[in-house]
Amino acid sequence: MATDTAASPPPPDAPASAADPPSLPWRVWRHHLFVKVRKSVVVVFVVANVTFFLARAMPGDPIDVMAGRLTQGGMSMDEARVIATNSLAFDPDAPLWRQWWDFFVGLVTLDLGNTITRPAVGVAEAIAAYLPWTLFSIGVGTVVSIVLGLSLGMVMAYRRNRFLDHALSVAASVLGAVPNYLIAMLLVVGGGLYLGWFDPVALRGTVSPGVTPGFTAEFVGDAFYHAGLPILTYVLAIVGTWMLVMKASTTEVLGEDYVTVARARGLRDGRIAFAYVGRNAVLPLVAQIAISFGTLVGGAVFVERVLVYKGVGGLLLDAVNYRDYPLLQGLLIIVTACVVAANLVADLLYSRLDPRISDQGAATP
Amino acid sequence: MTATTAPAAGVWGAVWQGLTRSTSGFLGLCLVLGVLVFSFAGPLLVDTRNPTDIDLIWGPMNAEHWLGTNHEGKDTFVQLVLGGREPIWVGVVAALITVAIAVVLGGIAGYVRGCVDHFLLQLTDITMTIPFIVLMLVIASFYRTASPLMVAFIIGLVTWPYLMRSIRAQVLSLREREFVEAARLQDLGTARILFVEVLPNMAGYVFINFIIAITNAIYAVVGMYLLGLLPSTADNWGLMIQQAWDNNAFLLPTATPFLVAPMVMIMLFQIGLVTMSRSLEQALNPRLRDR
Repeated sequence: MATDTAASPPPPDAPASAADPPSLPWRVWRHHLFVKVRKSVVVVFVVANVTFFLARAMPGDPIDVMAGRLTQGGMSMDEARVIATNSLAFDPDAPLWRQWWDFFVGLVTLDLGNTITRPAVGVAEAIAAYLPWTLFSIGVGTVVSIVLGLSLGMVMAYRRNRFLDHALSVAASVLGAVPNYLIAMLLVVGGGLYLGWFDPVALRGTVSPGVTPGFTAEFVGDAFYHAGLPILTYVLAIVGTWMLVMKASTTEVLGEDYVTVARARGLRDGRIAFAYVGRNAVLPLVAQIAISFGTLVGGAVFVERVLVYKGVGGLLLDAVNYRDYPLLQGLLIIVTACVVAANLVADLLYSRLDPRISDQGAATP
Repeated sequence: MTATTAPAAGVWGAVWQGLTRSTSGFLGLCLVLGVLVFSFAGPLLVDTRNPTDIDLIWGPMNAEHWLGTNHEGKDTFVQLVLGGREPIWVGVVAALITVAIAVVLGGIAGYVRGCVDHFLLQLTDITMTIPFIVLMLVIASFYRTASPLMVAFIIGLVTWPYLMRSIRAQVLSLREREFVEAARLQDLGTARILFVEVLPNMAGYVFINFIIAITNAIYAVVGMYLLGLLPSTADNWGLMIQQAWDNNAFLLPTATPFLVAPMVMIMLFQIGLVTMSRSLEQALNPRLRDR
């Protein structure tokens, strides 16, 4: 994303002479942050439209799918179609342009509409029930893996070519190579079946039955208990990458002159490690946090299916399987918006941390 | 002539050296070759009929059935031997498609620049923002009855943007070199300069990314089998894992081999590939090689 600004041609309507102070609307229009936000909105809009046509291009519509399921129970096809048409909020005779117009109006007015398979339930409502669980498990997993990965990576760089470094490197490589859903399965088989640490069937779902949501110790504890396996999976799946990247970054910083100078000045090692080495080594990694978040949201589809955790992953799979177009569109828009927002936050954080990047960006001459 | 072929030959020499010089690189190579031999030569040595036997459902490991039998009473070891070919070749074909798209588009964007570059970057922005599993899920469901080749195409079409970006960045720097300048002065034509003069210099880098693309593609193929999104064909590691999981093999100790054996094969292959790519990266890192 950062390379775009350099490659884009100068805008034709740029202020003619440097002597004119640029007007306020102009400065806002060219402001680094504003350019990013504008771009993000365009990306989300394009993704939403692509999704609309992708979804319609899939073979079969919601009525076909439901009728197909009903006929498996011994019902005749005509009977099944009538029942499906009556119970689903979908008109198979509506022309595509009409469907697109409804979708477009919804997009502009930020109304995601109702689901097809459960006509009384709003798409926003359905997503709001599932998304927090995915964000919770992925968020905790990301934070834990970053803290752990960065610390271990720094330790590895300081202990370069010693036993600890080699052992951690091998562990990180192996963990990084194993697909996250296989890690989840191994945790269930190893910890559940062989070690008997937990009952994998009781751990399914996001909370135990009978526990009422709220800020009670019981609810929070239960939520963490059920999210434990997904969180552990996410941590194990990505911590290795952070360790290796941080080790490389720290090794590079350790060779810089300012670290040598700091040592020569007699600063304490702990201070050098945090204020000089750590800070400068983490800087190039900030942008990757957003990318890692985006990949995790995708990977959640597999992990949530394996562990039967009720997040947006399973909801998405249902939306695809039942051809619930509004739900599928809504999910893709929300997930895309989350990833785009994570990118924006990473950008902001980066410009806060790195004094060389002013937030005026490309606007300053 | 020599200017273009010499670096390419040097690259393959360096690839071999990079893989054999370090212990981990050599181990990775052995792992990958071992899994390939197991999956492609193995089927010639076992009885491929593998009948179902209702008396042997979830049978334990013994001399006759080395890894026990599955929920249908089929021999797990025979399925394991037969099940590697499809995920591996789908992964390789998908990786070839990913790399081909990334190299062509990245080369064009970096070399031609201007509005072509701008358009292609915008396209990568959009493709990269949609989590790729999600996009694949939707596309794969169009082709629920797709052939394995179609699956490879789907994966290739979705996963090119990251590699395209880094190839574009390298072409941007390579195009300023003297030998490219010389080719331009000779008026050799854009396509020729790009594909004959510029891109062969990145052969090593592209090869490393080809290996990484295989690991990503196998992650995706096996994942899609796991979600039941691909047609069930013959024996296949991804399908074995899905069947084991959906039949609750994680609750039954005698079912463990049917679930864990294909997982182990996939993990060994992935670990081997990743180790290989790490060793090669140290040997062929373009940043270290160019300066």
